Amino acid sequence: MSMIKPIFILLLFQLAGEALRAIAHTAVPGPVIGMILLAAFYMLRRREPSPALQQAADGLLSWLGLLFVPAGVGIVANLALLRSAWLPISVALIGSTFITLVTTAWIMHRFGQRASIQQEGL
Amino acid sequence: MNWMTLPHSLSPGIVPLFAIVLTLGAYLLGVELQKRLRNPLANPVLIAILVIGVTLRLLHLSYQDYFTGAQFIHFLLGPATVALAIPMVRALEHMRRGFWPMMSSLLAGSLIGLISGYGIVRLFGGSQVVALSMAPKSLTTPIAIAVSASIGGIPSLSAVLAILGGILVAISIDPVLHWLKINEPSARGLAAGTAGSGIGASRVIPQHTLSAAFAGVAIGANGILTAVLAPILVPLLKHW
Repeated sequence: MSMIKPIFILLLFQLAGEALRAIAHTAVPGPVIGMILLAAFYMLRRREPSPALQQAADGLLSWLGLLFVPAGVGIVANLALLRSAWLPISVALIGSTFITLVTTAWIMHRFGQRASIQQEGL
Repeated sequence: MNWMTLPHSLSPGIVPLFAIVLTLGAYLLGVELQKRLRNPLANPVLIAILVIGVTLRLLHLSYQDYFTGAQFIHFLLGPATVALAIPMVRALEHMRRGFWPMMSSLLAGSLIGLISGYGIVRLFGGSQVVALSMAPKSLTTPIAIAVSASIGGIPSLSAVLAILGGILVAISIDPVLHWLKINEPSARGLAAGTAGSGIGASRVIPQHTLSAAFAGVAIGANGILTAVLAPILVPLLKHW
């Protein structure tokens, strides 16, 4: 039983997200809307999620990489597209990803440090 | 009977099961190699994709054949995305305190990811369609596909680039941030989620519960920000 309720809650919020997405005609995917709804739900109730839900969420998230593999294998089916413009694609993918990674981390590091020190003792 | 078509000839119903076992096995192999080699390049997602790609080719199985089973694993991406709310709720206090730095970091990351993706492709002689497909590559795959379609890119190319970009972040985040001496879980989580969405996040989530929380916020916020900003910015970029 302890696994069924957390699964039900996660799928229920995903379903609510999908429904909202269909009504609002938005590009934001149902699971992302479901994530926002679930976070808002617990923030408004000012209550901790149940230990069973926390455990299920942590369990699923620790395998998040695995869940991307089926979509990732699709790359193999699309290799021709990548080959057609490999130079601009590889330079832009590596360059842009690196710049984005560094900028985001640096701004949070530079301006958010005080909050982190208080919380973490880092 | 040709061994190359073995799964098919044994029984057509065996293919989905084979795909699931293959996916789990390839990923477990990747996790094991990551533990042993301690090299950032030994990323479980990358290893699994390569192992499965080669296996499918050897057995003459198409991606459609593979997906008849792999869809069950793919399906779990939905509830896993919803589950990102849980570390977020746990980190609420922390986020309130660092709210403005977090928002500035997210906005800068969204804009830079979009503009540099488009700009570098154009700079290196890529066509406009390829540049438009590159623009949403930092987003979580479903949003990348939707944004790509709305601005005139090739959605399937954007999906591939989003996955490759995520793998790139998963591989490079530890050495790059170590080099920059950025260790806070909040900055690591934001950077992983903004630059590499879910696959990038999968690298930092096991490291710290705060990284998981900030990565979740970053995936959602970057997706929403870019979905709003891209239709406004792209017409300006096209003039360039």
